[in-house]
Amino acid sequence: MKRLAAARKSGDVSRLAEAIPYARWMNIAPENSTGELLTRMRYRETLIGNTFLPAIHGGTLGALLEMTAIFHLLWESEAETVPKIVNITVDYLRSAGPRDVVAAAKVTKQGRRMVNVFAEAWQDDRGKPVASASAHFLVKSSEESEPSL
Amino acid sequence: MAKPLTTPQERVALFQKLFSDTIPHNKALGLKVLAVARGLASMQLDWRQELVGDPRTRVLAGGPLTTMLDSCCGMAVATMLREPKPFATLDLRIDYARPATPGQPVIAEAECYRITRSVAFTRAFAHQGDPKDPVAAAAGTFMLGTKGKLTRAQSVTEHLK
Repeated sequence: MKRLAAARKSGDVSRLAEAIPYARWMNIAPENSTGELLTRMRYRETLIGNTFLPAIHGGTLGALLEMTAIFHLLWESEAETVPKIVNITVDYLRSAGPRDVVAAAKVTKQGRRMVNVFAEAWQDDRGKPVASASAHFLVKSSEESEPSL
Repeated sequence: MAKPLTTPQERVALFQKLFSDTIPHNKALGLKVLAVARGLASMQLDWRQELVGDPRTRVLAGGPLTTMLDSCCGMAVATMLREPKPFATLDLRIDYARPATPGQPVIAEAECYRITRSVAFTRAFAHQGDPKDPVAAAAGTFMLGTKGKLTRAQSVTEHLK
């Protein structure tokens, strides 16, 4: 919670990823240099799922979209714990080449306990997304849960 | 024409090579092929600190499970192809039924229950030893005959004839 509060106070969103081992391992981190919260998955050869095309593994695009939604909720909704994912549906729109992938999320519906988030990922052209996802998360308010970050 | 494989062990070894060892991200996750038959596939993911999504609970992130379930469904599709053809995931839904117990491996079991000329339909469950107590459920559809060169994994059907 201290880390989360510090990250919010400093305005440095990249610090959100520091506490999540999987985000660090995947080189997935948020950035807000453009004023908009974006999440970037830095390209490395170990992301490849199809060596013949070559293309980034679809599973990692799902992972990026899920992390994008989580960072969005941590940043925008003042959640104090990592939101618990209930389900996610990923649509694969284009194959993703061996380059960075960037994603953005928005809250479609904010309920008291449940949030619906839509996220979209692209490479060179935001108008040509490589994948999109819609996901549900359980969120708790700060009074009823232990802080985690 | 490739020689048909006679033992389940030979089959698992071949699928381990084609669906994990030679696919960089599956190799990075350390996915193990447990079993394979026509229309069926099973894989295992071992718990590792670097795959944790919530540092407070040490529960695995959703991403590694999504990746294993996508791969496992894809492997089930490959066993159903009448002739080798390229394919790609069209959509994938994952329901996270319960948090995976930290420190324990997760097993995925996928079934390709219907295949047409253009689309293959799959279902999968992930559990930690008791299939009646799933960690996650998945439904994936795959587009067949997509553009691009055929991968070795997609031509595996030759070995099942």
